[in-house]
Amino acid sequence: MLILHCPYCGVDADETELSPGGEAHLTRHGPGSDDTDFESYLFMRENPKGPQFERWRHAMGCGKWFHAARHTVTMQVFGTYPAQTQRPPQEILDRISAAQPGWRWRDLGDEGQRA
Amino acid sequence: MGHRAAPVMSQISLNMPLRRIYSDAPGRTTGRTEGTPMKRYSAFAIAREAFRHHTGWTRAWRSPAPKSRYDVVIVGAGGHGLATAYWLGKNHGITNVAVLEKGWLGGGNTGRNTTIIRSNYLQDPSAALYEKSRSLFETMSQDLNYNVMFSPRGVLMLAQTEHEKRGYLRTAHANALQGIDTRFIGPKEVKEICPIMNTEGPRYPVLGGLWQKRAGTARHDAVAWGYARACSDMGMDIIEQCEVTGVTRDGGKVTGVDTTRGRIATDKMGIVVAGHSGRLAEMAGFRLPIESVPLQALVSEPIKPCMDIVVMANTVHGYLSQSDKGEMVIGGGTDAYNAYTQRGSFHHIEETVRSLIEIFPMISRLKMLRQWGGIVDMTGDRSPILSKTPVDGIFINCGWGTGGFKATPGSGFAFAELMATGKSPLTDAFSLDRFREGRFIDESVAAGVAH
Repeated sequence: MLILHCPYCGVDADETELSPGGEAHLTRHGPGSDDTDFESYLFMRENPKGPQFERWRHAMGCGKWFHAARHTVTMQVFGTYPAQTQRPPQEILDRISAAQPGWRWRDLGDEGQRA
Repeated sequence: MGHRAAPVMSQISLNMPLRRIYSDAPGRTTGRTEGTPMKRYSAFAIAREAFRHHTGWTRAWRSPAPKSRYDVVIVGAGGHGLATAYWLGKNHGITNVAVLEKGWLGGGNTGRNTTIIRSNYLQDPSAALYEKSRSLFETMSQDLNYNVMFSPRGVLMLAQTEHEKRGYLRTAHANALQGIDTRFIGPKEVKEICPIMNTEGPRYPVLGGLWQKRAGTARHDAVAWGYARACSDMGMDIIEQCEVTGVTRDGGKVTGVDTTRGRIATDKMGIVVAGHSGRLAEMAGFRLPIESVPLQALVSEPIKPCMDIVVMANTVHGYLSQSDKGEMVIGGGTDAYNAYTQRGSFHHIEETVRSLIEIFPMISRLKMLRQWGGIVDMTGDRSPILSKTPVDGIFINCGWGTGGFKATPGSGFAFAELMATGKSPLTDAFSLDRFREGRFIDESVAAGVAH
């Protein structure tokens, strides 16, 4: 069972206490954006087989949204961090690079740079 | 497309020269050589083999080394990939085809689903595709000369809330217009069809159900094996243990694939890899509106026959049927977050079983034997994608989510037409650009849940 540390209230929450919110760090494109951007924001997903950044809500706890970095195959959790950021903390990126050299994620730079 | 309706015995006497039956030497176990016709399976063949200690059976499909070039490469030897190859040969005369499989044939979601076949969908494009598929299942055993154990035992989708009841009444009307044989039945008839069900509630009262009598189940492995055998007989190469590691392109057009067994050139490629569609798309340089999540199923210990239909209880996310071995086959929920674990979270089992026990009190004392998961590819509107892609020559068949098995033959039929001719009336609505254009085929709202 997946256990994530809530960065706000400090609880190690079981997944039944949490509500998943899909991929994190999406660039939001609102009304007036072009079709490609809007489609990308609404539907296109990284869906990695490997490290992924995702949103969670501590639904049965403090109720706040936070981010987690998790491996979708090994289920290793690289860390959680508050949602008010464009970019995961460097220590989490380092941890991912240590576990899986050469990993990629759109627009993140370094090893997270999409080819 | 002609269906052979004749019984099996007459096919032997009419269609098969005796010299063909005896053409292979006893004890031969290697694959047939190119051009040797497939031996037909029949009651007579069993009798013949019984007289020689079953030493004359040959491999159902060849296991060739990959050639350097094919007209068409299909990635993924699951049911949908093999069905695509089969219809490419059968309907369009394209037989220089390779079907590549990274693991073993039918070892992904084809071998992991709960084998339910139905076509009672709300939206017209879905109904057309799934009904085509269901009708192909009816003659599949004869068409493939391979017993896929299609059992049109009837599928009942329970209405357990007023909202669900209204939804199914609407679907029944839609199905009537689409020419699909379904009807909404009341709780009394539900109880008659499925006596082991507790229809009284209190927590999950049965208000009726959407009943499709011609729906049912089939042996999922046999569907893949039957198609593989037929494809191999047409001269196609099914190459297992051959993982695609890259897609080579030249100026926006596919030129081939890199695999763990070398480079294979082709200018037409079909990606039919379910949960791993995103990975293949990444190799080919485009993204998909797909998220991959684990879906779970489990079976109980085998018991005597107690239920001869399939019941889907969508409000509580549980499906129940009884296999021919007597096991109660239970389909459960999906994890709500992406993963490739082929396992799933344990609490979903608890949720599924807890509510099914209230509807079927007699299963409360059963021991559960096995649990497993498969990686399903979910789209935003919970409908599949059968489409051209941004790369010329690459076609994709994915997004079947939690309900792809029932579509196996129809999916292959339509996707083969799309690949061979560039267009199919069955796949038009399921194109990749529907997300950009907002033309959803919204079955998630229609079904209310995974379907």
